[in-house]
Formats: sequence, structure tokens, C-alpha cells
Amino acid sequence: MRGRTDWRREAGPFLALIGLPLAWFLLLILVPLGAVWALSFAINTGVASIEVTGTLANYARTLEPTYLGILLKSLALAGLATLVSLGLGFPVALAIAFAPPPWRTPLLVAVTLPFWTNLLIRTYALMAVLRDEGLVNRVVAALAPDLAPLPLLYHDVAVVVGLVYVHLPFMVLPIFAALDRMDRSLIEASLDLGAGPLATIRHVVLPLAGPGIRAGVLLTFVPALGSYLVPDLLGGPGSQMIANVIERQFRRADDWPFGAALAFVLVYLTLLALALLAPRRPAARA
Amino acid sequence: MSALIEIEGVTKRFGAIVAVDDVTLNIAEGEFFALLGPSGCGKTTLLRLLAGFETPNVGRIRIDGRDQTRVPPHRRPVNMVFQSYALFPHLSVRGNVEYGLKVAGVPPAERRRRVDEVLALVQLEGLADRMPDQLSGGQRQRVALARALVKRPRVVLLDEPLSALDAKLREELRFELSRLQHHLGLTFVMVTHDQDEALALATRCAVMHRGALVQVGTPAELYEFPASRLVAEFIGAVNLFEGRVITDAPDHAVIDLPGEGIRAWLDHGTGLPGVPRLWLAVRPEKMELHKRAGGRPAPRMEGTPPGHNVLAGTIREIAYLGSESVFDVELETGRRVRVIRPNLTHWDQEDFGRDEPVWLGWHAEAAVVLAR
Ligand SMILES: Nc1ncnc2c1ncn2[C@@H]1O[C@H](COP(=O)(O)OP(=O)(O)OP(=O)(O)O)[C@@H](O)[C@H]1O
Ligand SMILES: [Mg+2]
Repeated sequence: MRGRTDWRREAGPFLALIGLPLAWFLLLILVPLGAVWALSFAINTGVASIEVTGTLANYARTLEPTYLGILLKSLALAGLATLVSLGLGFPVALAIAFAPPPWRTPLLVAVTLPFWTNLLIRTYALMAVLRDEGLVNRVVAALAPDLAPLPLLYHDVAVVVGLVYVHLPFMVLPIFAALDRMDRSLIEASLDLGAGPLATIRHVVLPLAGPGIRAGVLLTFVPALGSYLVPDLLGGPGSQMIANVIERQFRRADDWPFGAALAFVLVYLTLLALALLAPRRPAARA
Repeated sequence: MSALIEIEGVTKRFGAIVAVDDVTLNIAEGEFFALLGPSGCGKTTLLRLLAGFETPNVGRIRIDGRDQTRVPPHRRPVNMVFQSYALFPHLSVRGNVEYGLKVAGVPPAERRRRVDEVLALVQLEGLADRMPDQLSGGQRQRVALARALVKRPRVVLLDEPLSALDAKLREELRFELSRLQHHLGLTFVMVTHDQDEALALATRCAVMHRGALVQVGTPAELYEFPASRLVAEFIGAVNLFEGRVITDAPDHAVIDLPGEGIRAWLDHGTGLPGVPRLWLAVRPEKMELHKRAGGRPAPRMEGTPPGHNVLAGTIREIAYLGSESVFDVELETGRRVRVIRPNLTHWDQEDFGRDEPVWLGWHAEAAVVLAR
């Protein structure tokens, strides 16, 4: 395109500009990641010695029922949390996008408010809400005194609630951005052509919010899948996720090669999710 | 014939702004009605009130005898062509056009037939599978039109349908709009701020100003017999002279134009008894130019006694437009008057030159008197 600088012809300034970030990326991200990746093909040869042999045994172990089960459970919990986030996040984003203009900024700030507190503190706060003497159970007790406290904490439910709580803004914001960009006259055109409000959401708003929804799902699902703190603090013995197992391999079990293999199974799954959901460039059109 | 659209005393306010001010208007079936007026006068708001996107603060809207004042847009028997077209970007041309039929539950076979039919009507046969961003501006306009026509609405609303197109295409589509409206026998209500477009297309126009209707009539009525200076100036160009009535008889009137130092003769009464101050409006093409150089006397204008309706001036600017020439003539008082002469032969344009002294005048029946 004319008028736009082509980096291939003016490589000097371009390289100067991205040189430092590129070095940073190589040194601090790719190198350690590469090292862990190499570890996933290694064996423990002594108490403190590891040898990279190219073995696939570590990956084979990840398929053992115990670990496969936890992996599937992690996928299920993260997937469920993503679905709930979508179910809650889409209407919230829709409401904010169509709120009267003076309301929008305060509402957006309210959605992002949890970001401004530390994750650990937020998670403890959630524990306070969910535990036997917590907020929810006190309300339940007030309404139905005969009922035993609901076992909300240390349970899969608590993990899903926690994951949704932590990741909801990641769902709301991209969807809001997509809806905010949408031309309002498209909605009017749909109504004008006889589609009611629900049909308009289905046939016009949802498809046009598609890229935002995909981004929201990705931004929720990927970090939820790798969650460590939430299942650790809110989950019971049966609701640990893959990150908790990885942590145990590296620290308590001192089995780095196996931990590395598990970690990379997570990376592969993330890449798969990205490949499936990442926004594609629109196909070149005639 | 009773009116298809009845607008009764409708007012729409946005906060302190009165966008539509006590409008009462009837539009008959089969009309091509144009809403005309300067920017911000409330044309779009009135159209949106008909479509159901806005609800009036006061007044009622009936379409086809049924009260529509509070009926939501998706239940009204009208379809709109949006100014920006508002084509669904994720749907093909066919998807866009069949949208209204699909949500109405029309079976696929019939849908297909009707979409093909309407695409043929707007000359887009081969483009059904294109996406909107693969179309030219004129093609998009046609899709927007097809989308509004396919449901066979009682009324088609068009908001500045041609304003986004270049001049050539605009003219082409102007004829097409007219042809479609005529062919389908539909009622069109079009918003425009382009007076040429309104005059060319409409069977009737309403001129709006600050939310109110100032005059409603056929294009010829509005052009030849404007009711106020505002309408006269908004529709076409006009020369206005302020005057006082000297004689007002049924078959003629004499008006003194103190600013110009002459008297004007009309071949009819003013129809404005007891109005001391009024304005004489003369369209540029109804003025004539005569040579004045070499002390030539003032010509006598048709239907008037000598010395009436003639002014001395000097040509200052000439715009040659091919089919006609526009002259900017300076009077002795310094004020400018516009005169248009058709170029009937190859050489007419050479008749007058810049800085040439001229007489300009008009016939006894050429002027209109305005009280406002
Ligand atoms: N949603 C709205 N909120 C507040 N004011 C509005 C709104 N819609 C229109 N107005 C105001 O109402 C008045 C009429 O607007 P409208 O859009 O009907 O004008 P228009 O005649 O279509 O002008 P244009 O030729 O520029 O399109 C304007 O002063 C406009 O600012
Ligand atoms: Mg408008």
C-alpha cells in the first residue's frame, strides 16, 4: 500500500524498535520455556541429576487414569466456568453497551473493579462468602432455619464460582468492545424488517459480536484451565486441577521431568484452544 | 380517497429541543412524498416516528386506518431504506434481502422466488451471493432498496437514499426510484435536503423548518407559488424585492419598490388585502436581459405599462453551464440580481459579456407576492 512504510525495505529502524522486546522475549520466555520443554523428554538419573534422553515416558504417564482424570476434570471445570461466564457476561456486556451514555463508564469501572484487588485477597473474600458460617449460608439460615448449612466451600461448585468470579471481566470486556463498535442502525434495520428484540439479538447482535465472544471465551478458558490458586483454596480434595498437580511434581514430588510433561500438555491444550478460537483474518476478498 | 398515513398534531421533543413541532399531515396511497428542509429541521425524526423508532410526545399516527402511535417498529407495515443503508455485514446480498421474509416465517421456496424477483427488479440478478463489502455504493443502495421492497410494505420510508452517491449515479438511481415506485404502485415517503431530488421525484412535498411544516404541495406549486420567502429561497433560487402596495385591483396590482426606485405591475391582485409591506419574488429564469449600451431605452415588459418591471444594471459574473448561462447582475443600488438564460442556439452564450450594461425585467405574470 502506498504511503505506508514497508518494514522489509526499511529494516533498520524497524529492527531497532523491536530489537529489545524481541531479545526480552527470547531470553526470558522462550529460553526457560524451551528448557522446560526439554525436561519433559528427560529422566531422573539420581537424586539431583536429570538426563534429557528424548524419552516419551513422561507423556505416557500423563495418560495414566489418575492424571488423565484430573486433566479431563480441569477441562470440565474451566469449560463450565467459561460457559457460566458467557451466560452472565453477554447480558452484562449487552446491558452496558446499550445503557444511557452517562452510565457506561461507571458500569465498566464496576465490572473491572475486582481487578484492582489482589487475587489472593479476592479468593479469601470469596471463602468468607461461601463457608459454612459465610454470607450465603447466613442468608439461607435466616430464610430456612431448619436447613443444615450448604456445603459450598471445598467443592467443585466453589471452584467454578471462583473461576467465574475471577474471569468474568475477561469475558465482559471483549464482548462489550464488539457490541460498542456495532452500527446501531443494523439493529433498527432488523426491527424494521419485522424481527422482534430476541430474533434481532439472535440473528444480528450475536453474529456481529462473534469475534468479541471468541476472544472472551479464549481469555476466560485459557487462564481458567491453568488456574492454581482458586482450586487450591476453594476446592476440595476431589476438585484439584492440573496446575495443582504440576506444582506438586515440581515441589513435593521433585519429579521435574514429569511436571514438565504435564505442564506442556497444558501448553498444547492452550495452543489447540487458540487455534480453534483465535480471531482469524477475514479471508481475502475479490 | 382516504389517506394511507395520517399524522395528527405530532410533536417530538428531545429534552429542550423540539425536533418535530405539531405536525399534521395526510399522505395518500400511491404517493411519492418528499420531506424537504435544511439540516436539523426534523425530517429524519418525522420519518423515524413513522417507522416506530421514536414515539411522539403529543399526537397520533395512523397507517391504513390503524393507530400506530405506540406500535413497536417490528409490527408496523412500513419498511425503511436507511441513509447509511445498514446492510447486515455478515449476510450475503440474498441473506440481507430475505431477512425480513425469514423472520416472518415465509417458506424457503417462496422466499427464494421472491428474493430473485425483487433482485431482478433492482437489476442485481448476478450478485445474490456477494457480501455487502464486495459491492459498490450504487449496488449497496439497490440492496437496501430490495430489502425494503421484498416484504411488500404499505409504505416505504427512505432517508436521504441517494445522498451517499456521486452526482452521476444519483441521477441514474433517481430515475430508477421513480420507476420502481410507479411500477409497484407503492407509497414512498422520502427525506431529502436536495431540492432537485424532491422536485424530480415527488408527487407532493412538504417543506419543514424548525420542526414545523411550512408548506405542503406539488413540486410545481412549491416552485411557482411559494407561500413564504423561506420556501421561495429554499426551493430554487429567487430574487426578492421589498415593496408597498399602491393599487390592488382584482385584475392588476401596482407595487412600489422603493429600494429599486421603480414600480412593479402584476396582472392579478395581490390576494393579500391590508398587508402594507410585502415581497415580490421573481425566479432567475423568469427574468430577461436586454442591451442597454449606447443609451438604448428601457424595453417595455409584456403585459405592463411602460416603465414598469424594468431595472438598469451591469453584468458582473457569467457562469456558462452548457444548457444555460447564469448572470450575476449588479443594480445601480449595488444589490445583485440573478438571471438565467437558456442557451437555445450555439451562439446564445455570446450575446452578453462581462461588465456589459443591461436592462433586466420580467413579465406582468412572472412575479409572486409574499406576505412573509
Ligand atoms: N436522539 C436524539 N437526541 C437528541 N436530539 C436529537 C435526537 N435526534 C435528533 N435530535 C435533534 O432533533 C433535531 C432534528 O433532527 P433530525 O435528525 O430530525 O434533522 P434532519 O432534518 O434529519 O437533519 P439532517 O438533514 O441534518 O439529517 C436536531 O436538532 C437534532 O439535533
Ligand atoms: Mg436526517
